[in-house]
Amino acid sequence: MGSITVTDVGKAYKNYPNRWSRLAEWLLPGNKVRHKLTWVLKNINFHVSPGEAVGIVGMNGAGKSTLLKMITGTTQPTKGGIEVKGRLAALLELGMGFHPDFTGRDNVYMSGQLLGYTVEELNQLMPDIEAFAEIGDYIDKPVRMYSSGMQMRLAFSVATARRPEILIVDEALSVGDAYFQHKSFDRIRQFRKEGTTLLLVAHDKAAIQAICDRAILLNQGTIAREGEPEAVMDFYNAMLADKENHKVEQTVKDGGKVQTVSGTGEATVEEIALLNEAGKEIEVADVGQSVVLSIKVRALQDIPKLVLGYGIKDRLGQVMFGTNTYLTEQVIEHIKAGSSCCFKISFPANFGVGNYSIQTALVSSDTHLENNYEWRDLALVFNVVNISKQHFAGCNWLSSKIEIIR
Amino acid sequence: METLRALWSYRGFIIGSVKRDFQSKYLNSILGVAWTIIQPLSMILVYTLIFTQIMQAKLPGVDNTFGYSIYLCSGILTWGLFAEILSRGQNIFLEHANLLKKLSFPRLCLPITLVATALVNFSIILALFLIFLIVTGNFPGWNLWAVIPLLMLQVLFSVGLAITVGVLNVFFRDVGQAIGVILQFWFWLTPIVYPISILPEAMQNLISYNPMVGLMAGYQTVFVTGEQPEWSRLLPIIILTCFFIYTGMRLFKKHSAEMVDEL
Repeated sequence: MGSITVTDVGKAYKNYPNRWSRLAEWLLPGNKVRHKLTWVLKNINFHVSPGEAVGIVGMNGAGKSTLLKMITGTTQPTKGGIEVKGRLAALLELGMGFHPDFTGRDNVYMSGQLLGYTVEELNQLMPDIEAFAEIGDYIDKPVRMYSSGMQMRLAFSVATARRPEILIVDEALSVGDAYFQHKSFDRIRQFRKEGTTLLLVAHDKAAIQAICDRAILLNQGTIAREGEPEAVMDFYNAMLADKENHKVEQTVKDGGKVQTVSGTGEATVEEIALLNEAGKEIEVADVGQSVVLSIKVRALQDIPKLVLGYGIKDRLGQVMFGTNTYLTEQVIEHIKAGSSCCFKISFPANFGVGNYSIQTALVSSDTHLENNYEWRDLALVFNVVNISKQHFAGCNWLSSKIEIIR
Repeated sequence: METLRALWSYRGFIIGSVKRDFQSKYLNSILGVAWTIIQPLSMILVYTLIFTQIMQAKLPGVDNTFGYSIYLCSGILTWGLFAEILSRGQNIFLEHANLLKKLSFPRLCLPITLVATALVNFSIILALFLIFLIVTGNFPGWNLWAVIPLLMLQVLFSVGLAITVGVLNVFFRDVGQAIGVILQFWFWLTPIVYPISILPEAMQNLISYNPMVGLMAGYQTVFVTGEQPEWSRLLPIIILTCFFIYTGMRLFKKHSAEMVDEL
């Protein structure tokens, strides 16, 4: 079984003041250090247990790729140690070692051997690789004739020809068309079910929350947050908005959920409630019931423009629906400090059975990345139960009709 | 020991790379593998024609029309092997920077592949040369076996030197540029095109410090006269081979981790 233990790892690049100083350091006696170290990763500690799926998030330059490179062994840590137990496969650079003039089949053998397979193993795996890549007769044509999607398909098929004990996936790699993306993700999911340890680097919230047990947020070379994916992703989102050092606050709510509140604080959500048609506050809604989300906002300073956004998230943190008053063209202008206004948002609770949360955003335009007054996750939690409808699956209710013609 | 085991498990990759290297050169040509033969063959023919027929060059002390041509070929062909390993070797890690940065595999696979490829090319050339010798009735006889230890020594020397400069070149790119220049001078400071006897006495003594001189003289003796080489003249190159193999491996061990950061 595959596990990864990263102990106090740091990575630094050597920086020489000029071209000659490296030569001087190498040749002159006395072991004088003539370079400065630039640390890109510092004090990284984490453990991925067998069978666990961990997501790594962070902005560009946070050190994600460097960390992965050290885990896969292409580059060595400057400090600390990394212990990897089990056969590791990395889907970081697909198609490495493909030669355009050779046929797909030749390249499967070549890159397969580079990944550590023997020829006999590849002979055995070849039918599966061909079948999974679904490139048909192209397998015997030179790779230069392939579309980039076909190359990716073939490369993915080789890299995942056998279930690894540890799989490292860079989500930025999107393999071919939508169909193949689903297919490749299914394969990753299947590996996971069979016990593969997964390390996923992603920018996409949904991917992390859908598949990971835990998430690690890297920021400026250190672990900024580690824990339950939704909480980490909320913190990450808040951090993205946090360009001007706004406050980011996380508090643990009842039931262990972590609420993140961030922003510059010119306005705040004072009250939030889910009401039924009669205007009575509820915590549980029936599938399809008409409900009103009532949000009272108070301005603490004069604000030129105010946009309220909200999102309804399921228990995994995926947004089921979200919009804002910029999109609905209901931007409020010139709000005086101290004044407040109430938003009444009515909709039918056409959700699947489960637990939902509402996040709110008070901003000045379409995104929360500029003028983020307040961003509040888990502002409200409610449940949806099915009383009046027949049983159904999924995360939303479509009042579908089935007609049978025989 | 562990390195050796890792290399052994990647033997498939090494063999595959050699095959691919070889194939890729001729993959899209009509004549294909025939080019491997045409190129060295034309070289041997050109030298023979120009020097024996047109210029009527004679090797001092050798009474044979083909003498100078054989002398020339035995030096140039073997020097070619040395130059190929060295000039490709100094660039080997830079050339495969992408692979090194992105995949984890025993890095010594790369120089091994390089040497194997060079040896395959060379053996074709050598075979042609031997055929030429048989056809012209100049086959050196049983003393030909002496070529084997000479070649082994030469390959070891080239590999040690190539790994040394290959690693250095990653950190100091001047090394690669310098090697090109050095190889030029080195070639002309080794009696390959000319016999050593045409040099003044003082120069002859000086040039004997060149480690390639003994080696080249060895090949020339075997091929031209069919006699045993002067083994004692190989001492400088044996010492240098040990030195470069040791230095190369030490540099590689010490800096291979850092290398990826510099690519």
